[in-house]
Amino acid sequence: MERADLHGLAEAGACAVGAAAIEFHNVDLSYSGKPILAGLSLAVGKGEIVCVIGPSGCGKTTALRVAGGLIKPDSGSVKVGGKPVTGPRRDVAIVFQDYGKALLPWRTAAGNVSLALEAAGTPARQRKERIHALLEKVGLHGHADKYPTEMSGGMQQRLQIARCLAQEPSVLLMDEPFGALDAMTRQTLQDEMLSIAAETGATVFFVTHDLEEAIYLGDRVIGLLPNPGRIGTIAKVTLPRPRNQLETREMAEFLRLRRALFDFIGKAEG
Amino acid sequence: MNRAAKALAVPALLLVAAEIATRLSGTTSLAVAPPSSVAVALLAALGDGTMLAATRDTLACAFGGLFVGGAIGLVLGLLFGLVRPLDRLMELTVEAIRPIPSVALIPIGMLSLGFGYSFEIAIVAFACVWTMLIMTRAAIGGIEPRLLEVSRALRLSTLQRIFKIVIPAALPRIIVAFRLAAGFALVVAVTVEIAANPQGMGYGILIAQQSLSPQLMLAYLLWIGLVGYGLNVLLSLAQQRLLGRAAMGEVRQ
Ligand SMILES: Nc1ncnc2c1ncn2[C@@H]1O[C@H](COP(=O)(O)OP(=O)(O)O)[C@@H](O)[C@H]1O
Ligand SMILES: [Mg+2]
Repeated sequence: MERADLHGLAEAGACAVGAAAIEFHNVDLSYSGKPILAGLSLAVGKGEIVCVIGPSGCGKTTALRVAGGLIKPDSGSVKVGGKPVTGPRRDVAIVFQDYGKALLPWRTAAGNVSLALEAAGTPARQRKERIHALLEKVGLHGHADKYPTEMSGGMQQRLQIARCLAQEPSVLLMDEPFGALDAMTRQTLQDEMLSIAAETGATVFFVTHDLEEAIYLGDRVIGLLPNPGRIGTIAKVTLPRPRNQLETREMAEFLRLRRALFDFIGKAEG
Repeated sequence: MNRAAKALAVPALLLVAAEIATRLSGTTSLAVAPPSSVAVALLAALGDGTMLAATRDTLACAFGGLFVGGAIGLVLGLLFGLVRPLDRLMELTVEAIRPIPSVALIPIGMLSLGFGYSFEIAIVAFACVWTMLIMTRAAIGGIEPRLLEVSRALRLSTLQRIFKIVIPAALPRIIVAFRLAAGFALVVAVTVEIAANPQGMGYGILIAQQSLSPQLMLAYLLWIGLVGYGLNVLLSLAQQRLLGRAAMGEVRQ
């Protein structure tokens, strides 16, 4: 995966033509008169991993939901794969933070993955094999018959990711997906996410409140400012891939970025 | 075992006390009878088939009304829950009809349908509609919004959304509503029989009272209690069966 030259394209901004996987163009959105997003413009390159940070309530989730077609902006446009977003799409998958609520408690792990295939109209004969492969991919082989309530938080989030991968998305929108997990599980899932992204070449729009997570995962980290939500900083992450939980986090570049973003958040909240 | 013995101790003592008290006082009351003669009357009524026939009639009406009223309430509840504008349109009508006590319809029902099964079933059905309607609608309103968002994100069709998300998500509360309605159904059926309809267990109580036979009247009372208890146990088992392991997990949480 050649990520380096994608940065160039993406950094050219919202006007990058054709190659961008996600394009926000001058997006405005307000709730009952209160502006939530104002003039948001951003282009995410194909296969790029962009992490979005910012103080709580600054509009990270709102921006992600706009990209996912769950809400319409008041003005401006969003394109995914060059086509305007008019609603949820099969090539765009959304991973929610609250896996406990996003999974169907009355369906087993296999049944939950099956839901995405049923929605896509995959013939019943082909589902079983696909479900097996998807569960295997997220490390849940042997848990196909478990119900979500019989699984740990980490396993439940893996299951939700498997269900999203069943859509064969070209874009993954992830809203603080590992925020509720313990530190060890979170690191494991970070690495799994990175290898899935590398393997599938998917573009990832990753919202997090964890600065280190953003730097560790991202090709770029976007810092949002609140009231109204707009881009305050863009940090390019040049850390080598594959990333490594110990080595990457000890690199001078990692520490420098952490410092810079920490200061940014401090100011944004202040 | 020990727990069961403890639980049974108080009722057993009360029965013995009642037996002694009624025997010693030599009461001629028409409302009480010694437990032993109640037991004899119960066995006799069961033996000659009258009580079983009465039970059959009452249960037929209770279940008939439960299914008719429950089905209407379920369908309306689903419709109102899924189509909010329809719900708002019907709100006033529903709130105006709902407070009418079902037994207040007995005179009208008697006039329009005459005595018998259909009359009793209609009154029971009227009582059951509202429980099912209100609780089904609430069950749909209470569905986790995230699940509905997931169905949007995965682009489920409307029918898929209803059958794969809405109904299964609302099912546990719909089953609770059904159990509640089943309890009402029995109460209303017996009430209709005592008040107007010459059949079933309610009529059995009434006749026993009028023929000055307190032991038979109390035997009917005891039997109705047992039938109600058995019904509840059956429904609770059915609920566990229907919801299975996933629901038990939810309960654990
Ligand atoms: N449905 C909604 N109605 C009204 N206000 C909302 C709604 N959703 C979000 N908001 C408001 O929009 C702002 C941004 O929310 P959100 O995007 O969830 O922030 P973040 O994810 O960065 O914490 C918050 O102030 C929040 O209160
Ligand atoms: Mg958020």
